[in-house]
Amino acid sequence: MSTQAATVAHGEPNFYAGSARKGIASWLFTTDHKRIGIMYLAAMLTFFLVGMTIGVLMRLEHLTMGPTIMKPTTYNALFTLHGVIMIFLFVIPGLPAVFGNFMLPIMIGAKDVAFPRLNLLSWYLFMAGATIAITSLFTGGGPPDTGWSFYVPYSVTTGTNVTMAVLGAFVIGFSSILTGMNFITTIHRLRAQGMNWMRMPLFPWALYATAWVQVLATPILGITLLLVILERVFHLGIFDPRIGGDPILYQHLFWTYSHPAVYIMIIPAMGAISEIIPTFAHRTIFGYKAIVMSSMAIAGVGSLVWAHHMFTSGMSETSIVIFSLLTFLVAIPSAIKIFNWVATLYKGSVELRAPMLYALGFIFLFSIGGLTGLFQGALAINVHIHDTYFIVGHFHYVMFGGTGFAFFAALHYWYPKMFGRRYNEKSAVVAFIHIFVGFNMLYFGMLVLGMKGMPRRYYDHLPQFHAGHIHATIGSWIMVAGLLMMIVNLVRGLFRKVEVPANPWGGVTLEWTIPSPPPVENFDVLPVITEPPYTFNPPGKEQAR
Amino acid sequence: MSAEADSHATPHRDYIGAKLGMWIFVFTELILFGGLFVAYGMYRSMHPHDFHKAAGELNVRLGVTNTVVLLTSSLTMVLSIVAVRLQRKGQAMLFLGSTVVLGCVFLFNKFFEWKAKIHHGLYPGSEHLMARPPGERLFFGLYYGMTGLHGLHVTVGVVLLSVMFALLRRDKIRHDDFVKLENSGLYWHLVDIIWIFLLPLFYLAA
Repeated sequence: MSTQAATVAHGEPNFYAGSARKGIASWLFTTDHKRIGIMYLAAMLTFFLVGMTIGVLMRLEHLTMGPTIMKPTTYNALFTLHGVIMIFLFVIPGLPAVFGNFMLPIMIGAKDVAFPRLNLLSWYLFMAGATIAITSLFTGGGPPDTGWSFYVPYSVTTGTNVTMAVLGAFVIGFSSILTGMNFITTIHRLRAQGMNWMRMPLFPWALYATAWVQVLATPILGITLLLVILERVFHLGIFDPRIGGDPILYQHLFWTYSHPAVYIMIIPAMGAISEIIPTFAHRTIFGYKAIVMSSMAIAGVGSLVWAHHMFTSGMSETSIVIFSLLTFLVAIPSAIKIFNWVATLYKGSVELRAPMLYALGFIFLFSIGGLTGLFQGALAINVHIHDTYFIVGHFHYVMFGGTGFAFFAALHYWYPKMFGRRYNEKSAVVAFIHIFVGFNMLYFGMLVLGMKGMPRRYYDHLPQFHAGHIHATIGSWIMVAGLLMMIVNLVRGLFRKVEVPANPWGGVTLEWTIPSPPPVENFDVLPVITEPPYTFNPPGKEQAR
Repeated sequence: MSAEADSHATPHRDYIGAKLGMWIFVFTELILFGGLFVAYGMYRSMHPHDFHKAAGELNVRLGVTNTVVLLTSSLTMVLSIVAVRLQRKGQAMLFLGSTVVLGCVFLFNKFFEWKAKIHHGLYPGSEHLMARPPGERLFFGLYYGMTGLHGLHVTVGVVLLSVMFALLRRDKIRHDDFVKLENSGLYWHLVDIIWIFLLPLFYLAA
């Protein structure tokens, strides 16, 4: 994006060096959105590694029939933990908290978010919630074994430490609400001069759509989890059939949040991909307005499809048909985005660097995830595949193949900007290939297992599923090898002292106009925006249209 | 919002931004209670007769008194903001102080109301309540859940307004910088408006 004012801040110390405080205090008491983003990143990668380890252990359990390395009760605790950690501590907050915090103010030409102190409070609430959730494993009646969805009546009657885990999720939800509120206000109030809505880059747009879902849906989860706690402690009876309550109401309330939460996870991922694709295709994004509108459409329609998780729970035929229809409708805006990304690549000069590989991986895997989602929206098929590995495979394609790959794409894309360092490109590509191959072995295997009838959340399996499980488990090893390679490569890159230019990829959004890593105040002179985003004008090269 | 010792933050005041943020927060609170209102609506339509009967046991006079108390406190809240804008600090402190006192009166009444109910054996899980039909059990479950959560909000509001009182006293809230007080006022009106819905749903449903 060309700007009138030169925005490069020469001689200003970068934000790692320029803090009034020293040492750990310069991080723990910071209100700098960039430092807060880095703190989220450190916390989340740690949680991701824990969640990943648990996942590998579960796959290992399925390597042989019968007990392999754990008891059934341990397996129940592990799939609950894997879900809670990955969903509440990594996938939901991931992109907005890390890259949203770091990049949003820079990309809209601001010096910080609207409420910097509230931003720090959100981080503390996130960490407090995570601590409470992790403490629940070692105290009370032992780790919760309900699955991440905490379905009543079991979550009310089980003796395990559900109360504390639920409280942790509640506190994390509060952190999510405050972040959403902060981002909405930031985008409304702090955009640079001349950046009207249609000149805003797509990642901020995606964060804007996400923030509304965070703000409007998360309180429902809050009250639902609060009611589970009240139910366990005071026996209020709202969800308890023995007193007169209805467990189905819990499912409705839970999914009223948790389905929009899927879009909290995926919309920012789509936003990051919309940044990466034009940069590495070296041409403007195709259908900017369509991408913007589809983000808002996903946020809107996506909030109305929750009951497609409950087709087998007991609902009227009419509601089932309506929710099925809405589910099909929500696929349209997602498909529009995929069409736009692919059209952007057409006649672009595509450069296959690591971030681009992850982004292309995202498009491929998310397409599979989205299409298998439509299978479940179809009523007759839904009954057959409900609660099978097909569901597990599907949501890993969306959550991991979608959001996870987008997170890694964004991490590789903005790594030079965030740290002022370079990772080894060749290692990054090798790691990507391992992750991609392992991923498909693991989760495509699950789709097939599910079609054949393998139920989810079982610690053991019948002989006819054995070959499929071995296939998936081997896939998990290849994928984990790739993930470890990727993380080692990124960490090693931090110690390689190299000069990183302001714009290593040839990107055109505002973050590439300031030094890497950015100075404390981001911009010396706030930029003035005169053109739409993604205007590529390489010298001596006519833009492909 | 960002006046901070950290070298990073440049102090800037954005009233519209601060109020926008607060309004969004108020919406999230409404949605939080919304989940409970959905539960109430569903169970009331399932057990209209039981709800009608159970509501008869609540003390309407106490409920209405508390409504008047809370509405008056919203009025004094507004008056204190007006007084701040007119640079009448003494008046502003008087009105804000009254708001805090009225909030405490509300909680005091609520405490005795709950105490009497619990004394009569009407609380979730009690033998007395379990002997009654499911609709009445749910009514009291919702009654404690919803007025309890509301009471918690009143308590938070009282603490918040007490902090504002201290800030006002130390001239941290002035006629040219009172968005904190205004946002606290928004929160207080939210608490008030939720009560206006709770009154007919529980006390006047008989």
